[in-house]
Amino acid sequence: MSTVTDKTKKVRKAGATKYDKEMYLKWYELMLRIRKFEERALMLYGQQKIRGFCHVYIGQEAVAAGIESAITNEDAIVTAYRQHGTALGRGVPANECMAELMGKETGVVKGKGGSMHFFDKSRRYFGGNGIVGAQIPIGTGIAFAEKYRGTQNLCVTMFGDGAARQGALHESFNMAMTWKLPVLYICENNGYAMGTSVERTSNVMELYKLGYAYDMPSETVDGMSPESVHEAVSKAAKHIREGKGPYYLEIRTYRYKGHSVSDPAKYRTKKEVEEYKEKDPVKVTERKLLSEKIATEEEVKAIKEKVKNEVEESVKFAEESNYPDPSELYTDNYVQKDYPYIMD
Amino acid sequence: MARELALRDALNEAMSEEMRRDESVFLMGEEVAAYNGAYKVSKGMLDEFGPKRVIDTPIAELGFAGIGVGAAMNGLRPIVEFMTWNFAVLAFDQIVNNAAKTLSQSAGQFKCPIVFRGPSGAAGQLAQQHSQTFESWLANVPGLKVVSCIDPADAKGLLKSAIRDDDPVCMMESELLYGYKGEVPEGEYLVPIGVAAVRREGTDVTLVSFNKMMLPTLEAAEELAKEGISAEVIDLRSIRPLDHQTIVESVKKTNRLVVVDESWPLAGVSAEVAYEIQKYAFDYLDAPVTRVNAADTSLPYAPTLVDEYMPNAAKIIKAVKEVTYVK
Ligand SMILES: Cc1ncc(C[n+]2csc(CCOP(=O)(O)OP(=O)(O)O)c2C)c(N)n1
Ligand SMILES: [Mg+2]
Repeated sequence: MSTVTDKTKKVRKAGATKYDKEMYLKWYELMLRIRKFEERALMLYGQQKIRGFCHVYIGQEAVAAGIESAITNEDAIVTAYRQHGTALGRGVPANECMAELMGKETGVVKGKGGSMHFFDKSRRYFGGNGIVGAQIPIGTGIAFAEKYRGTQNLCVTMFGDGAARQGALHESFNMAMTWKLPVLYICENNGYAMGTSVERTSNVMELYKLGYAYDMPSETVDGMSPESVHEAVSKAAKHIREGKGPYYLEIRTYRYKGHSVSDPAKYRTKKEVEEYKEKDPVKVTERKLLSEKIATEEEVKAIKEKVKNEVEESVKFAEESNYPDPSELYTDNYVQKDYPYIMD
Repeated sequence: MARELALRDALNEAMSEEMRRDESVFLMGEEVAAYNGAYKVSKGMLDEFGPKRVIDTPIAELGFAGIGVGAAMNGLRPIVEFMTWNFAVLAFDQIVNNAAKTLSQSAGQFKCPIVFRGPSGAAGQLAQQHSQTFESWLANVPGLKVVSCIDPADAKGLLKSAIRDDDPVCMMESELLYGYKGEVPEGEYLVPIGVAAVRREGTDVTLVSFNKMMLPTLEAAEELAKEGISAEVIDLRSIRPLDHQTIVESVKKTNRLVVVDESWPLAGVSAEVAYEIQKYAFDYLDAPVTRVNAADTSLPYAPTLVDEYMPNAAKIIKAVKEVTYVK
C-alpha cells in the first residue's frame, strides 16, 4: 500500500497558495520574533552573558512558522539543539527563552539547559536534543504513545541533514511505517552539518528519498516560504490523522550564520550565502505583505514595534533574574525527593 | 632540544609521525579532513596524507566505529576520532562488544589494533549531554586500554604507543586544553601505557589525578606549599592498566591520599584507586583515603551549578586539610 510520490523536480514554490491576512500576519510576527530574539542573543553572547553553544535558526524561521500554523497545540514537537525558533513557535515566552540562554532561574528549564535544551511540557514541547539524531527515535516513541492512548495527535520530529545519516533514522522509519505511527518526520536540510555539505556525506543527496526505502510518503518542500511549509505540513498532518502512518518532509532551508557562534563558515562561498539572503523569509514576507496590500505599513510597523519591545523586555527580564542557587544541582536528577546522593 | 607545543599540535605530531612510519595507519572521523578537525587536532593532515588516509565521515558514530573495528581485524591500524566522547556513546556497541572482545572470541586469531580518541570531560557551560567523562566507563571493560592525559609531551608519547599497540586503546583528551602548552622533546620517543608520572615530589600527602583535573590539583599543591603542607602529585596518565605501584610507593612516604577525579563518584576511577591503596598500603595510611569528584549529578548549564559541580583547587585543599587534620 505505497503512497510514495516522487517530487524530485517539483520543489514547492512560495506564493503557490493564498492564505488570509491573519495567517500572513501570524507568520510574519513569529518569524520576526525569532529573528530579532536571536540577533539580540548573539549580541549577548558577544558580551559573554550567554555561554557555551548557541546555534541560531536565522534563515530557517519559515520552517517553524509553517509548521505551527498547520498543527494543533495538542500535537507534540521534538527537535535538535538548533531550537530557539521551534520553542518560540510553540509559544514559549521570549522572557523564559532569554532567561534560559543566560542560565537564570526564571528560564524555561530554570537555567539548567541553556541554548540546546529548552523543554516545555505544558506546550507539548519535548525539547532540544544535543546528540545528533537522538530525537528521531524519541519522536517516534512520542507518537507511539499517542497512538497507544488513542488520541488524534501527531508528533513532529525534526532533525538536520547531518542527522539523517544516523542509523537511528532508518530504524525509526522502519518501525514507524510498520506500526503506522502518527509521526511527521521533518528534515530541515540547510545544506550543511557543521562544515560538511550534504554532497560530502552520501550518494543520496535527495534526502526525502530516504523515506522510499520504507514506502513512506516523502516530499521536498521549499523551506524559505511559510506558505509552502504550511501547505506541505497540512497535507501530511491530514494523512497522519487518518491513521495512515508516518509522513516525511525534507524541507530545504539555509542557515545564514555559522554552525554555532565560533564557526567562521569558511566551507561555503559568500555568493551562496548572498543568494539565499535574497530569499530571506522575513524580508520576502514583509515585502509581500506590503506589495500585495495584505497589510498596511502601519500594521507592519506595529508588529515590528511589538516584537522589538518584547525582545528588549526579555533581555531586561533575564538580566534582572538570578542564577539558580547552587543547591539546585541536587534537584531534578531523580524524581525521588530523598535520593541519597554521594556527597563526599 | 624541546619546544613548546600545544596539546593539539603534540597529538597531531603523534598521528602524523606514525602515519609516515606505517602505511596501515589512517585517521577517520567527523570533520577531521577538510575542516582540519573540529578542534584542529588534525590540521594539515589531509594535505599531507590525502583523502585515502584522512577521512571525513558522516555523522554516524556506530557505523564508522564498526568500520574501524572491521578494518583493524583485517590488517589496518585505524585511528577513530570522536568529536567528543559524549558522541562515542552511540559507538559503545562496537567498542565494548567488538573491539574489546574480538581477541577473546576468536581465541587469539583476530587482534583489533585500533585507537579511539577524542576529548572527555566538561568544557564549561555545555550542559548535561556534552559534559561527561568516560574514563571509568571504558576502563571497566577488559580488552580495552584507556589513557587520559593533557600533558603535551606525554600525550604525544602515549598516542604513539597507542597506535603501535596491538590491542584497542581509548584515548581521552580535553576540549578545554587543546591549546594547553608544554615542553615536547624533539625526535622519536614513546611513553609506555600503564605507567603513572610523579609531577611534583612531596612528603605530607599524595594527590592523584589525571587529564584536566591535573591543573587544579597542581594549583592546590602550590597553595598548600605556602601553608607548609608538602603534596606529592601523581598524574595517572593511564587508567587501564592502572599503575597502583607508583601510588603505593608515594603513600608509603606520605601516609595520606586524596584522589581528584572528574568522574562521577560511584564506581569511578577514584573508587578503584582507593580500593588499591587500602589493599596494598593499608598499614601506611594515617587517614582514610578521600576524593574530590564531580558532583553525583548531571551537569546543568547555569554557571552557579557548574561551579558547584566541578572539582577545583579550593575543594582539593579542603580535602587535604581533612586528611592531614589541619584546621
Ligand atoms: C552524535 C553526535 N555526533 C556529533 C555531534 C556534534 N555535532 C553537533 S551538531 C553537528 C552537525 C549536525 O548537522 P545537522 O544535523 O545538519 O543540523 P544543523 O546543525 O545543520 O541544524 C555535529 C556533528 C553531536 N552533537 N552528536
Ligand atoms: Mg544541517
